[in-house]
Amino acid sequence: MSKAPSTRKGTRPVAIVATAQSPSTRRVEQANEIEMLMPVISEVYANAKMTKDDIDFICSGSTDYLIGGPFSFVMALDAVGVWPPKRESHVEMDAAWALYEAWVQLQEEECEVALVYGFGKSSLGDLSRILALQLDPYVMAPLWPDQVSLAALQAQAMIDAGMATEEDFARVASRARHNALGNPNAQVKYDKSMEELMAEEYVSAPLRRHALPPLSDAASAVIMVAGERAYDIVERPAWITGIDHRMEAHALGARNLTASPSTERAAKEAGVDQVKVDLAEIHAPFAHQEILLRRAMDLDESVSVNPSGGPLAANPLMAGGLIRFIEAADRIIDGSATAAVAHATSGPVLQQNMVAVLEGAS
Amino acid sequence: MSDDNATAPVTMLSTPIRLDYQFTAGLAQSRSLQGYAEGKFIGQRCPVCKKVYVPSRGSCPVDAVPTTEEVVLGNKATVTTFCVVNVPFAGQSIEIPYITASILLDGADITFMGLIQEIPADEVRMGLRVEAVWVPEEERGPTLASVKYFRPTGEPDAEFSSYEAYS
Repeated sequence: MSKAPSTRKGTRPVAIVATAQSPSTRRVEQANEIEMLMPVISEVYANAKMTKDDIDFICSGSTDYLIGGPFSFVMALDAVGVWPPKRESHVEMDAAWALYEAWVQLQEEECEVALVYGFGKSSLGDLSRILALQLDPYVMAPLWPDQVSLAALQAQAMIDAGMATEEDFARVASRARHNALGNPNAQVKYDKSMEELMAEEYVSAPLRRHALPPLSDAASAVIMVAGERAYDIVERPAWITGIDHRMEAHALGARNLTASPSTERAAKEAGVDQVKVDLAEIHAPFAHQEILLRRAMDLDESVSVNPSGGPLAANPLMAGGLIRFIEAADRIIDGSATAAVAHATSGPVLQQNMVAVLEGAS
Repeated sequence: MSDDNATAPVTMLSTPIRLDYQFTAGLAQSRSLQGYAEGKFIGQRCPVCKKVYVPSRGSCPVDAVPTTEEVVLGNKATVTTFCVVNVPFAGQSIEIPYITASILLDGADITFMGLIQEIPADEVRMGLRVEAVWVPEEERGPTLASVKYFRPTGEPDAEFSSYEAYS
């Protein structure tokens, strides 16, 4: 029988043993969040050969700002089954942070089996205005800067610093959408060269259409377990051998937008430099951010970045960071990778970053 | 503006915020809303615990399974608990005192809030049998406002044991 690889963070081996996600689409018609989530929860239970009664901790990531209504995460519990009463928690963040909370609970031996899920429908409101409200409420939010313009400022700063060119952004987008052709859950996929993409108009200079993520509706879920019982569920569990998240200043003017010190620190703490990484799933919604994050994590050319297509191919808010964990874990579980990096971001222009190393037993 | 005002510290600012949303009622709840427009209460039965939820929710929160069997419920119901509203508040549209009650439709396993009329406030009680009074057909729409109120049927009160689990 295989043994869990030694963990660099935490004292207890914890693994992702089952995953599920809904295909990302521009607009999920008619179905509400609960109805979008329910098939995903059913699928993750089935993939883990578990029922709701096997789960002893539930943690979700979502935001009321997408729905425009209060306590929407409570309604979502209708899809999960919480009777008899269960220990449950929620983060008003991407579900990757819900995964982190579950990982801590598993480390503390507060639970043995955790269900983590996230859901988001970006189609219900004007995302540019909604995301402006995550900025500081005194001097930034009242100006309603949209997320594409803020990303463009960051991209221009990278060009000015000599870190990348517009052609580099197009190369990232070309590769991501090409990779997405093999991903049934991806939303935007095509086979176009860098030169073809460079012919597009600017949306917000220096970003052209291809450098922007799609607007997506989707849900995602994982089941995590502690200890060797992971092998009872799946032959190759995706062990989380390192995980860390860090946060930078909220005020955009207080940050150097051409660097990501929070990612650098999190990658170091997670032990990215201590394993031979096969692939990295990077939560970079805009093309230039992949270049920035790849540099921050010091990933060399041998690392396959976003083989799923990444957020440029499917970008459901609140579910998308967890989908990076799912895509990385799936490659471990199916045996095509031995070590993978999962990255998630939250906040304006990469303010907060999480990095994890997932490994299968070699 | 004087120089004093230009250099005085800002102590307060107003930042109006407005966001517009498209609300998605959902597949299941849409059926119940359509039911109100037709003068019907439409719910769904859980395939596992057999409980009937009205309005339809699309899932059973206890068993975490989709609820697909549709159930049309009648107009008759039982008051499981109630509250006499004596306090005036902004936007109040009904003359006080009035009664807001927890209504258990016959055949349903969950209550909802309803207005009780055509009975003096001090005569409303737990177990009171009531029936829905719908607004005229041409005024009905996909909203619970299609139910004007509930009024007593004159039947004997329901036994406490019949609604004990819902009060």
